[in-house]
Amino acid sequence: MANLIEQLLNGLTLGSIYALVALGYTMVYGILLMINFAHSEIFMAGAFLGWAALIITRSLPGPWGILIAFVVGMLGCGILAVGIEKAAYAPLRRAPRLAPLISAIGVSIILQNAVFLWRNDFLAFPLVFPQVQIPVGSVQLSLIQLVILGTSVSLMILLWLFVNKTRLGQAMRACSQDREAAELVGIPVDRIISMTFFIGAVLGGAAGILFSLYYGSIKYNMGFVPGMKAFTAAVLGGIGNVPGAMLGGVLLGSAEAMGTAFLPESDWKDVFAFGILILILIFRPRGILGEKTADKV
Amino acid sequence: MRRSLFFLQKQWPIFLVILAAILIPLFLQKTSYSYLIRILGLTGLYMIMALGLNIVVGFIGLLDLGFMAFYAIGAYSMALLSRAGVGFWWSLPACVLITMIFRLVIGAPVLRLRGDYLAIVTLGFGEITRIILNNWDSLTNGPKGLSLLTSDAVKPVRLAHWTLSTNTDFYYLILFFVILCVLVSSRLENSRVGRAWVAIRENEVAARLLGINLTRLKMVGFVASAAFAGMAGGIFARWENFVTPESFTFWESVMLVTMVVIGGMGSIPGVLLGAAIVALVPEALRNILGSEFVSWRTLIFGVALVLVAVFRPQGIWPNKRLSRELHLEEDARGST
Repeated sequence: MANLIEQLLNGLTLGSIYALVALGYTMVYGILLMINFAHSEIFMAGAFLGWAALIITRSLPGPWGILIAFVVGMLGCGILAVGIEKAAYAPLRRAPRLAPLISAIGVSIILQNAVFLWRNDFLAFPLVFPQVQIPVGSVQLSLIQLVILGTSVSLMILLWLFVNKTRLGQAMRACSQDREAAELVGIPVDRIISMTFFIGAVLGGAAGILFSLYYGSIKYNMGFVPGMKAFTAAVLGGIGNVPGAMLGGVLLGSAEAMGTAFLPESDWKDVFAFGILILILIFRPRGILGEKTADKV
Repeated sequence: MRRSLFFLQKQWPIFLVILAAILIPLFLQKTSYSYLIRILGLTGLYMIMALGLNIVVGFIGLLDLGFMAFYAIGAYSMALLSRAGVGFWWSLPACVLITMIFRLVIGAPVLRLRGDYLAIVTLGFGEITRIILNNWDSLTNGPKGLSLLTSDAVKPVRLAHWTLSTNTDFYYLILFFVILCVLVSSRLENSRVGRAWVAIRENEVAARLLGINLTRLKMVGFVASAAFAGMAGGIFARWENFVTPESFTFWESVMLVTMVVIGGMGSIPGVLLGAAIVALVPEALRNILGSEFVSWRTLIFGVALVLVAVFRPQGIWPNKRLSRELHLEEDARGST
């Protein structure tokens, strides 16, 4: 039993990282109806920026190094994503729907290969947090798991507050409901779109650093699998839906952990995760929290 | 005017292209560039698959991110049938049939899903297929792959009194099938079914009001597209004499979508061009860039993708009907 709960906690930890990445997919989709393929590379860029910052600030005492790494990773990703948006997606606002997808695939290839040309092998990510186990009741929770859960939950609460309680968040919601109507009431839609990319990338960058702190190594193609899982999570929860992405991430992580608990061979856990996704979509075609909207001509 | 063969209306450039395709290997054969014959053959297989995917993405307008799974099913069917001693010309239709059955079974529950939900489910099935191939050791020999050379039961590929074995032989075999697929595609496009697909692509609700059975027609397209992939997979397995799950990754599926979109969705010459560009540009760059910069070629390819998407969002050789609609929309916007 205790083992099962520990597995579930592992799942929650991983799931909260998926959820952070999934938020980036879902917010962009909500406004632009576009799958931002390059988001998994933003996740990877966050990890590399964080790594570089940690290496440079090695000599700083206490928690400063990791704090700076987070700031650099998150802001760096945000700026990177806004730049990508302006260069590769903004010219395509009125293009056929799959054109931005191809552009995003191109950006993804560029980012991966740019990092590949810089460092093409596994790099050790400094394990900042000591590997101590904290007993919680009958189960053991490691410090890094606690950090990941704490950071991602607080980021998600901040995002929730921003989206629901501020005027900018309101403008963002308006854009995702109806972009043209939002433009008509004077919302600067282009700036809101840039802001959405920025926020999504900040969360994605943080997720990249948390992920690297958990696994201890980074590589140029590390974004692919978590990115795909996170996208799955976003769809699972109902794409375009912010609480849905959080729920989807946590559910997917837990499902995977359960899969590992029951199916010892690790490869099958992905089959398990995708199997659940397909089953849920067959019975809830718009995701768990997705709203049923009528089709309009 | 024979509208149904619009692609063959202006016939002479097509025959010129086919003639060039027939002659190229004869020139390359004896030179140091003979390895290009193999690459051109592979490009042909990509063309067959892109034409298949074009039915789903271009004609019906559904995004499919797991198309490689059906190439894999075709390839593994061929490998297993050949090892069981079945001849090539019996195995190939069997591969096509098996692939179509898989597509039918998978399509049945998911085709009511819309847009990107369908995309993610096809992605999921693609990954599941690859993982199963990778782990079902007793059938597929897992990550080590299946070789056709280690089994005595495998019969050589015979055509009349020739035996096909070299890259050039397979190049011509593939060329024949590319031409066949182009013909099938263009007949499909201009058939009743094809027009119904376009109606679905343009507006599902309106198509339904016209009495089009959405799920059934989507299913027809879905299954037809799988036939192309199954065929390409079967030929690949027999040519390579070896199949491994590593050839069928998600990334390959993405590249197929890229071929269709940058070529021009729904446009048959566009899709052929797109497949040729995506398959050949990295290869060409390998030759152009010196050994120092060879590792830059994927990066350059990425830049090229972005540039094409930004400056030619409708594709390099767009479908006439689609681009006309886009222009109409622009005009309407301009006049209001």
